[in-house]
Amino acid sequence: MKFQGIISINDLSKKEILYILDVAKKIETGKTKPDLSGKVLSTLFFEPSTRTRFSFESAMNRLGGRVISMAEPKASSLAKGESLHDTVKVIERYADIIVIRHPQEGSARWAADSTKKPVINAGDGANQHPTQTLLDLYTIKKAQGKLNNLKVAMIGDLKYGRTVHSLTSALSLFNCQLFFVSPESLKMPEHILEDLKKKKIKYSEHEDPSKIINKLDILYATRIQKERFPDEAEYEKVKHAYVIDVSLLKNVKKNFRIMHPLPRVSEISTNVDGTPYAFYFEQAGFGIPVRQALLSLLLGKVK
Amino acid sequence: MRAYKVYAIKNGTVIDHIPQGRAFKVIDVLDLEEEKGIVTCGMNFESKRLGKKDVVKIENKELEPKEVNAITIVAPTATLNIIRNFKVAKKIKVKVPKVIEEIVECNNPNCITRNEKVPTKFYPISGHPLEIKCHYCERTISYEEITLL
Ligand SMILES: [Zn+2]
Repeated sequence: MKFQGIISINDLSKKEILYILDVAKKIETGKTKPDLSGKVLSTLFFEPSTRTRFSFESAMNRLGGRVISMAEPKASSLAKGESLHDTVKVIERYADIIVIRHPQEGSARWAADSTKKPVINAGDGANQHPTQTLLDLYTIKKAQGKLNNLKVAMIGDLKYGRTVHSLTSALSLFNCQLFFVSPESLKMPEHILEDLKKKKIKYSEHEDPSKIINKLDILYATRIQKERFPDEAEYEKVKHAYVIDVSLLKNVKKNFRIMHPLPRVSEISTNVDGTPYAFYFEQAGFGIPVRQALLSLLLGKVK
Repeated sequence: MRAYKVYAIKNGTVIDHIPQGRAFKVIDVLDLEEEKGIVTCGMNFESKRLGKKDVVKIENKELEPKEVNAITIVAPTATLNIIRNFKVAKKIKVKVPKVIEEIVECNNPNCITRNEKVPTKFYPISGHPLEIKCHYCERTISYEEITLL
């Protein structure tokens, strides 16, 4: 399978997603050992996201490749008013593959259209972060042994959360039953629910996680950001209603797992960390094989 | 001499059945302000199909189907007649183009096309009513929300 770049999860078919996850598994288990020596990755981060950048850099390093990275966007050419297009036209001469994170929606697509070198989108504003979605799917598959017909809940800020929007659209390919748990003001946007209806995906909306938690295979928690609330009191109320604590987990299924894109603030109590249900640190770790797979595929080092 | 509302043209293109109030948008989309020949624009005609309609006539110029398709974005009901020697020589069906390039502005203020010189590009995702999706930020824009560049 051939990939030009990874810009949006919507570009990928079910078959392509499964293929990427399969390559990731082969790399993780050592069955495939792509050699990226002599290849240079450039990470262009126009807004800080140390975790994502480290994950890509670690993935590249572990396959023998090299990394050049623009660590300080403020000190870079962008601050001098250079266009993204021009930056990419220069960087493509320095690197074999480009990873970009940029605060404006559509920036990664524009970067990809500006160069023949493969581009990976590591987040374009509120739009897409496809490698996060792929690692989320990889994590679910690792936890449950499959992706089809699972019961998956998402909890927290479902209105603005890019991660849960992309995950919803990806899981709809696998006929999962979805549960959306959020305060009234942060519900899943209508156009996403409409889309699920069109695809005949079973879903339901809830305010209280305790009512459904015992049915679930996966609970995907996201951060509730203070900035999203008009007043402090409303935020405090909601913040406490959506804390996942051991007391909530008494009767969950044995295969139940909790995921979170991290960093967490107070959404998951630290007393959950020691339970067999905590899977968020593993999830962060799976970013490595998934990104190794993408780098190898895009550089033509895995067929 | 007969009384006329918009006189018949000898040769050229007649764009009929434009939704009321959208004639100027059609002129805009087709860049007719750059046109050297005579362009007439009629508004608020009676129409069986639309109630009221606008009409645009371009003399001595036959529009190509390719440039014509862009009209659907602002005037989905429009019909096109090529006139030769006062007679309708050809009727052209307008179709929504597969790619809509450099006509529409993205209405997401945080889209890269609004912040850097990027030629805009949209794909139609549904025809009736028209909905288009930004190639870059993936925002969906409905027919009523469409703004031209
Ligand atoms: Zn856009």
